[in-house]
Amino acid sequence: MDHKPHVHSAHCSHSHSHAASAAPEDGSTRRDFMLLTASAVAAVGAASLAWPFIDSMNPAADVLALSSIEVDLSPIQPGQTIKVKWRGVPVFIRHRTPEDIAEAKAVPMADLKDPEADDKRVKLGKEQWLVMIGVCTHLGCIPLSGAGDFGGADKGGWFCPCHGSQYDTAGRIRKGPAPKNLVVPQYSFLSDNRIKIG
Amino acid sequence: MATPPKPQQPGIVGWIEYRLPIFSFIDNSLGSKYPCPRNLNYWWSFGSIAGICLVMQILTGLFLAMHYAANTGLAFDSVEGIMRNVNYGWLMRYAHAVGASMFFVVVYIHIFRGLYFGSYQRPRELLWWFGIVILLLMMATAFMGYVLPWGQMSFWGATVITNLFSAFPGVGESIVHWLWGGFSVDNPTLNRFYALHFLLPFVIVGVVIFHIWALHQHGSNNPLGIDVKTPQDTIPFHPYYTVKDAVGFGVFFLVFAWFVFFSPNSLGHPDNYIPANPMVTPAHIVPEWYFLPFYAILRAMPDIGIPFTNIVFIESKLAGVLGMFGAIIVFFFLPWIDRSKVRSATFRPVYRKMFWVFLVDCVILGYIGSQPPEGNMVLYGRLALAYYFAHFVILWFVSAREKTLPLPESISASVLSSHDHH
Repeated sequence: MDHKPHVHSAHCSHSHSHAASAAPEDGSTRRDFMLLTASAVAAVGAASLAWPFIDSMNPAADVLALSSIEVDLSPIQPGQTIKVKWRGVPVFIRHRTPEDIAEAKAVPMADLKDPEADDKRVKLGKEQWLVMIGVCTHLGCIPLSGAGDFGGADKGGWFCPCHGSQYDTAGRIRKGPAPKNLVVPQYSFLSDNRIKIG
Repeated sequence: MATPPKPQQPGIVGWIEYRLPIFSFIDNSLGSKYPCPRNLNYWWSFGSIAGICLVMQILTGLFLAMHYAANTGLAFDSVEGIMRNVNYGWLMRYAHAVGASMFFVVVYIHIFRGLYFGSYQRPRELLWWFGIVILLLMMATAFMGYVLPWGQMSFWGATVITNLFSAFPGVGESIVHWLWGGFSVDNPTLNRFYALHFLLPFVIVGVVIFHIWALHQHGSNNPLGIDVKTPQDTIPFHPYYTVKDAVGFGVFFLVFAWFVFFSPNSLGHPDNYIPANPMVTPAHIVPEWYFLPFYAILRAMPDIGIPFTNIVFIESKLAGVLGMFGAIIVFFFLPWIDRSKVRSATFRPVYRKMFWVFLVDCVILGYIGSQPPEGNMVLYGRLALAYYFAHFVILWFVSAREKTLPLPESISASVLSSHDHH
């Protein structure tokens, strides 16, 4: 504050007003400084106040609470795919046949848009169980099971009717506009025939 | 006050006018004190018809809101209740649904009128911008309104369109969960869409006020595209254009009424009479017709990268989203892309052809958007998409060197000489 001796030495209101109107060499005054800092604090305050409004639109506590389910796998026959609902979206659970698995393993990585080996998409020793979120990674439609160039009625594969994306027997994107493989959710085996998703 | 108010005139009107000059305000805005070019044709009626559409949507929407329940368990049945139980509910709903389509027809004609006659050019750039903002707000409002009946197309349309935002790298998924208020389109989504669908039309009213304010600064463009020079070039808005617009309203309401009373569902999709089912996607999702060209662009975008290599800069999903929004954003730049000093296509032989090709291209995109994305449709979509953006590049080059026809001396000279020929 040494460069503003007028302000420091002021004793009466008269010399205060004189000091405020007299600009020091760099052109800024104490009044400018106060205006800028006060405005900055007000702007930060207004911006922080926006957060509760924005965050109120995020998933609420009751929505977050419904975040895991358990599924019994024993009724699912080899070659069969079921859909279960988890967090409002379908999850595909497919009991893969050995041919499905062999076909998925035989695909060279260079053919894949989103390269991922088949054994990275299943649990070790449980290769017959393919568990995926049944939502196309393009724009969120539900792909049809057992359809498309990379599957068939008896061997799995998925085709999205909305924009033509096609997934293979490991649920990997092979053709069409979707950028990613079907997402494998977090899940764990509670026993040989029971999984917990979420 | 710089100028003292005029003395109070006798009567109730004079009493009010002395205190709040609303009558002179109306007269200056839409009355006998608002001079307009004397050569406006019927293409200029679509602005006020669009205004009527907005008023009708707000009115029918308000009365529908009195009977609608924004809850996933109740929404579909409450809409059927409006159709079957509420007195004249069918009329309110059909007028609102058909009204949305009519609003878009009218606004698209209004926009293409502006494109043909160069209404976006200096000094009407801001007027044009407000128009684009209105279009974007209309699209958001219409999209959210279509979700409210909670049919299959409502649900899956909402799912597909909100998922567009997941295309943005990194933050995409968080944005989508925020938009939904959950992990899928569900009750929180329906509730907020209802709130916004109610609010946005009033925001549109606000932007319309700016649109008209900017219009009044320099007045309407006209079919010749030349400026008003003398009072002989103008006639007062009232009674000349109030009457002309009234004729336009009459014809418009005939078309409107035909759809409402004879074919109210032909502009919608039958699948929306199936209640929403989050576990089953309809075999073929299509948006409402007025979004089809943009939907075609969304689907047609390929990966953008270096050809014949695996190098991809923008994946097709993000490219589609950018292309779809870009198809509208590009119009903000149009006043500078078009470098011609002449506004009206009447005097621009090359641009006139380009205009019609562009219009046909938009219609082709609309048709492709309505078809399943299979076989040749993908290729045709890409060609039509490429031309859509190429139009603006070509325009930038052509407009600077196009040889234009001689302009008439003035609006009045042109009008009077065309009378002499009869």
